[in-house]
Amino acid sequence: MATVKLRAPLKDLAGGNREITIDGTSVGQVLRELEHQHPKITGWVLDEQGRVRRHVNVFVDGERVKEDAPVEPDATLHVLPSISGGGR
Amino acid sequence: MTELLVGTKKGLFVLDGEPGAEKPFDVAARAFPGNEVEFAIRDTRSGRYFASVTSGHYGPRVMYTTDPGGEWEQTTGLAFPEGDDWSLERIWSIRPGEADGLLYAGVAPAALFSSMDGGLTWELNRALWDQPTRSSWQPGAGGLCLHSIATWPGDPQRLAIGISAVGVWLSDDAGESWRHGNAGLVPRYIPEDSQGDTIDLCVHNMHRAPLRPERLFMQFHGGVYRSDDAGETWNPIAEGLPSDFGFPMVVDPGDPDSAFVIPLVADTDRVTTEGRVRVFGTRDAGTSWTSLSAGLPQDEAYLTILRQAFDHEGEGQGMGLYFGATSGDVFGSGDAGASWFAVRERLAPVNSVRVA
Repeated sequence: MATVKLRAPLKDLAGGNREITIDGTSVGQVLRELEHQHPKITGWVLDEQGRVRRHVNVFVDGERVKEDAPVEPDATLHVLPSISGGGR
Repeated sequence: MTELLVGTKKGLFVLDGEPGAEKPFDVAARAFPGNEVEFAIRDTRSGRYFASVTSGHYGPRVMYTTDPGGEWEQTTGLAFPEGDDWSLERIWSIRPGEADGLLYAGVAPAALFSSMDGGLTWELNRALWDQPTRSSWQPGAGGLCLHSIATWPGDPQRLAIGISAVGVWLSDDAGESWRHGNAGLVPRYIPEDSQGDTIDLCVHNMHRAPLRPERLFMQFHGGVYRSDDAGETWNPIAEGLPSDFGFPMVVDPGDPDSAFVIPLVADTDRVTTEGRVRVFGTRDAGTSWTSLSAGLPQDEAYLTILRQAFDHEGEGQGMGLYFGATSGDVFGSGDAGASWFAVRERLAPVNSVRVA
């Protein structure tokens, strides 16, 4: 099981959980399962086409990756806002 | 008491006050700090407030509540079909429909969504989405946006929508099918010999006159128009205005001969004309226009008023008019524009203003 680490506002949408353990072999699969378990987060990290949003960064064990990156069973995923997205 | 919903680049401001009281409205609530609020309305049928909120990181969504100072919930269904390679960029407009529980949302890239349950869940209008010309649709400067939704009072079958920059679309079957309604529109930004058959038509705003629903008024990208045949054909009515470019538009629901616009210099200089903030109104269907500027800044005032940042309350000579600028200033009138007052100064850049 991979561990997904979240911060506000995603943490709040996931029922206040900072860490959630989820099965999945790719980033996209893990994040879809996160949406399944916590429907309020749907659309926040992945767009409707399953792509990580342009101004969201996903790190797997310290490496910034996209939705098609593999996830090992003991991996840690951080989902963070990117620096670039706050300009609105 | 008047309640205004002011969508800004830095959240939603709920303003309360009395028009004409000569004191600023109070900020009753601020919601979604740090997020852009594109548009907000209150559906008077249900009492629900809706806000189109775009996070710079996490994308767009519509939120709802019955208490704008309290908790907001997400609506669901505002997303494009998987596999179409499109993703929702922005929700431009939300409008109650002509049936119980019916609402519409206009979004970018240009699409119409409808809700049958009072705005809690939404569904894509496939007939417009599947238009065969879609791949050639061109965006305006603000994106490929469906911003104007003109319902027909009492008849949910009839709709007119405006898209920047794909013109007017009409439906007589509640959105099951669509056709163009562009005859008479002149896109001066396209070579003359290509104007006749183009659909690259940059509608900026469009409103129906409720008491005479076959009449529509339009602010175009260079031109102000009126249609008297439900949007099939359009006639220019901009003569007498200092500029025929602009975005905001209001009609008086009690007077089908009325329209109000706020002209900007041009597409190359989107500020109020002559450094003066002026609303122009017509009460003769566009034959003549009157400057309505008493109380508005008239000295080196170069404001930009965006598409959705102008609204009305009531009707007739006592109609309230309210607009906000990207300067963060909001102005109001309690006498249909005869005199104006400062509703609030120095808010964040204003995207939208609606009377709750």
